[in-house]
Amino acid sequence: MNPTIDYHALAPEIVLTVTVAVCLLVDLVARRSELVPRLASLGVLGAIVPVITLSVDGANRTMFGGTYEVDNYALVFKGLFLIVAYLTILVSFHYIGEGDYYRGEFYVLLLTSVLGMTVMASARDLVTIFVALETITIPTFALAAWRKHDTKSNEAGLKYFLIGVISTAVMLYGMSVVYGVSGANKLVGIREYLVDTNEPALFAVGVFLTLVGFAFKVSAVPFHFWAPDTYEGAPTPVTAFLSVASKAGGFVALITIVNIAFFPSKGSWQPVIFVLAAASMTLGNLAALRQTNIVRMLAYSSVAQGGFMLVPLAVAADVSSNSAWEGVVVYLLIYAGMNLGAFAAVIAVARRTGSAEISSYAGLGRTDPALAVMMTIFLFSLAGIPFLAGWFAKLVMFRAAFDSGTTGAVILGVVAAINAVIAFFYYAGVGRQMWFREPDPAVERTAVPTPLTLNAAMLIVTVGVLALGVYPQAIARLGELAFTPG
Amino acid sequence: MEWFDDWALTLAVFIPLVGMALVLLIPRAQEQAIKVTALATSVVTAAVGIGILVDFNYDKSGKLQFQADESWIDVISSRYHVGIDGIALPLLILSMLVVIGCIIYSWDHFPEPRNAKAFLALVLLLEVGMNGTFVAQDLILFFIFFEVVLLPMFFMIGVWGGPNREYASIKFFLFTLFGSALMLVGFLALFFTSKQQTFDMVQLTQFGGAGIDHTTQMLIFGGFFLGFAIKVPMFPFHTWLPDAHTEAPTVGSVLLAAILLKLGTYGFVRIALPMLPDAAKDWAPWIGLLAVIGIIYGALCCLAQTDMKRLIAFSSVAHMGFVMLGISTLTDFGINAAIFGMVAHGLITGMLFFVAGSVQERYETREMSRLGGLLTQAPKLGWILGFSAMASLGLPGLAGFWGEFPAILSAYDPSAALDGIAGSSAFTTYRTFMVIAAIGTVLAAGYLLFMLQRVAFGTPKPEFENAHVHDVHVPEWLAWAPLLVLILVLGIYPNLLFDVTDGAVTNVSTLFSG
Repeated sequence: MNPTIDYHALAPEIVLTVTVAVCLLVDLVARRSELVPRLASLGVLGAIVPVITLSVDGANRTMFGGTYEVDNYALVFKGLFLIVAYLTILVSFHYIGEGDYYRGEFYVLLLTSVLGMTVMASARDLVTIFVALETITIPTFALAAWRKHDTKSNEAGLKYFLIGVISTAVMLYGMSVVYGVSGANKLVGIREYLVDTNEPALFAVGVFLTLVGFAFKVSAVPFHFWAPDTYEGAPTPVTAFLSVASKAGGFVALITIVNIAFFPSKGSWQPVIFVLAAASMTLGNLAALRQTNIVRMLAYSSVAQGGFMLVPLAVAADVSSNSAWEGVVVYLLIYAGMNLGAFAAVIAVARRTGSAEISSYAGLGRTDPALAVMMTIFLFSLAGIPFLAGWFAKLVMFRAAFDSGTTGAVILGVVAAINAVIAFFYYAGVGRQMWFREPDPAVERTAVPTPLTLNAAMLIVTVGVLALGVYPQAIARLGELAFTPG
Repeated sequence: MEWFDDWALTLAVFIPLVGMALVLLIPRAQEQAIKVTALATSVVTAAVGIGILVDFNYDKSGKLQFQADESWIDVISSRYHVGIDGIALPLLILSMLVVIGCIIYSWDHFPEPRNAKAFLALVLLLEVGMNGTFVAQDLILFFIFFEVVLLPMFFMIGVWGGPNREYASIKFFLFTLFGSALMLVGFLALFFTSKQQTFDMVQLTQFGGAGIDHTTQMLIFGGFFLGFAIKVPMFPFHTWLPDAHTEAPTVGSVLLAAILLKLGTYGFVRIALPMLPDAAKDWAPWIGLLAVIGIIYGALCCLAQTDMKRLIAFSSVAHMGFVMLGISTLTDFGINAAIFGMVAHGLITGMLFFVAGSVQERYETREMSRLGGLLTQAPKLGWILGFSAMASLGLPGLAGFWGEFPAILSAYDPSAALDGIAGSSAFTTYRTFMVIAAIGTVLAAGYLLFMLQRVAFGTPKPEFENAHVHDVHVPEWLAWAPLLVLILVLGIYPNLLFDVTDGAVTNVSTLFSG
């Protein structure tokens, strides 16, 4: 018997798959033409259309025996991934086009990774989650090493590959233990098992290893050490993609699996997440303080931001409503926007100065005020200063910690508060270079104009960051919807 | 005028934001148009303020007026709730007035590196934050406005400031951010421990911390305390202030002293005291103690300064000490005095910073050892400095007196609620505070007269003997006149202000009278 397939529900994935195939074919005919990125961006926008129609429709669609679900939760993330993909294409357009790179393949790999993400949002069993995660990750190994004449890029790709493989192995081992103990592959099945039986200690081992695997993917301390090197070496648009989309993919998997499957076994996952959160925030921030290269600084900052994102997750078991889960989602959505904006600005500046050293930002406020203003907005939003969207992300995070009200949660909340202050120091450090210092005459500047696509990406994010900062209800409602059954 | 009742406060907060957007749209080369737009914005905002003054029901100054309550972020139950009563009204008007003064003052002499567009845009953004903080009636809204002022001030110090500006600006930001992060933590803790789970300040005030166990209350109050005390700033959290003031451009110093510091004291009166009265009782003696330490410490530091602006900055620490002492008595009399003190300090210290800025512009130094004979070279400026210094040291008949003297007097008879907390009888403790604070006024007279003598009296030092020093300019007159007049008027007829504040203050002080 063939499974019944709901084509409407699968439309985003189908559109993406078709786009990937078309891009490959077109690239055979017209090498290195602008046609491929244009098609790719159209394909992504095309995939957003069914996401919108599905959310208007609102019904939960379950397929393949409950292993694949298209509900509000999935749709919120599919929307996020597709928007991020679109912005990434905008940001990459000139960077990849102007370098001596394989233009067609770049977008094919990028979209394949995005396809994995859209699948991840709907995956509801261990195998699908694993396959989706690998679909996300494997193309990015090649993307990270895209500048193949640059040894740093090679190093980035190789490190990322090795870490990726190790984390996959660990995670897969963990998942197999979970499966072995619970006898269920579907997440709901694992949950039922946990509710019905007293799980053996071995189950906690499985959970621990699975979480460690995810911790690698989302670069949580102490499994973060690959991130700065990979981020620095990879082409900057790829770094933006890794630090936003790929990280978000890992987070979505983590939220899904903890929320649906592991939830009743609080003792096995909560302490792990708690430690990961506290360590990521603190060590990520302290390391970021010492960076002189902006990409490395943003890499450590994204480690710290990941820590903030884990805070609501760490306390979710003690919060009666869904607000903690909503907190993670809202934080993730806002983080994706502002971090992508920051990387876009880094690319724009590097086009002028050819440097990613923070000191090369000196006097940017004089030489290019508009760019400096946007960069300032992104950085201060990351720091959580009102009324830029980042403040609301921080607020929902604190809110979850205090909603829980346990001593541990309150301590975590206070640690987060102190970290928010520390983080400000390095974000403001860049602002200080841009606005308080004179341009450094030693830095050579070319007057190349910022390409339209890059400006468009930054402008979209700027408007979003300002609008959501003033009226965060829009995004908060999205977070709320994600956990409302359709 | 129902329409005006609903919209007045929203207009008062957001007209400056619109003005800022307009300023940003005008090309940088058209400086005149930028200046006119900024000034017009601040004047229109003040016109709304006058409308509020006219329409305000003074018989019911304890009641929130001009309320607007709209849905904002439903998901976290935070609403756009604004309103104003007798405590906030004077501060809102003060803020509008000072901003106009600042824009006029900058008219012809923007500090280096000029860029009038960015400078005025930041001033207007500051006004959004300041006005918003005074009218917000929702804790999250309050927090947002409280924070909005940070960025513009950070950039104002960092871009237009003195030689050590980078250090001063980041120090200012980190201190205040640290405080407000813990304050936010306090807000959230209060939200979740209160039965209604609301951020509405009116409801939380009525609720008054009922049902929250005492330890939790003390901790939450601790979060509030750090947030507000750093802003005030109280000893020992004041160290950012002298640096920020010394390095900030004149207008930045004026706004910082006149309004931003008041956000902290206002927070105590509006949020910390009425929402957690039980914890406030236990904290009050310690606040009083830090306040009097601040008075003496600030004064002693003043005596050691050689830089005129730094001296005025430390005098702020001392003066805000009087304000906090008044608040810590938890009495009607003390809190009224504190609010008067806030307004008076805003006017007077604002004036002193203006004069210090003008002196620096003329002599290109603020070192008092190099200055002298201002009265012979620029007599009007010298007299204005003298007038402001006299007001600052609390000369009866000028506004400073009514902030300082009642605050000291209020410590003679603190709230009965403090008995058993501040010693078996609060009287002994607070009367000790009173005596120490009184010594502070003597020191204040000392350092202010010392400054006046060094700067204004005598003959100019040889290096400036032949310098051509321009006396007070027209823009300076225009910017200063309202402040000078108010210092005098409030000094002669303090009831003008006490009548407005008393009704609202009673709401707070009654919490501690039973």
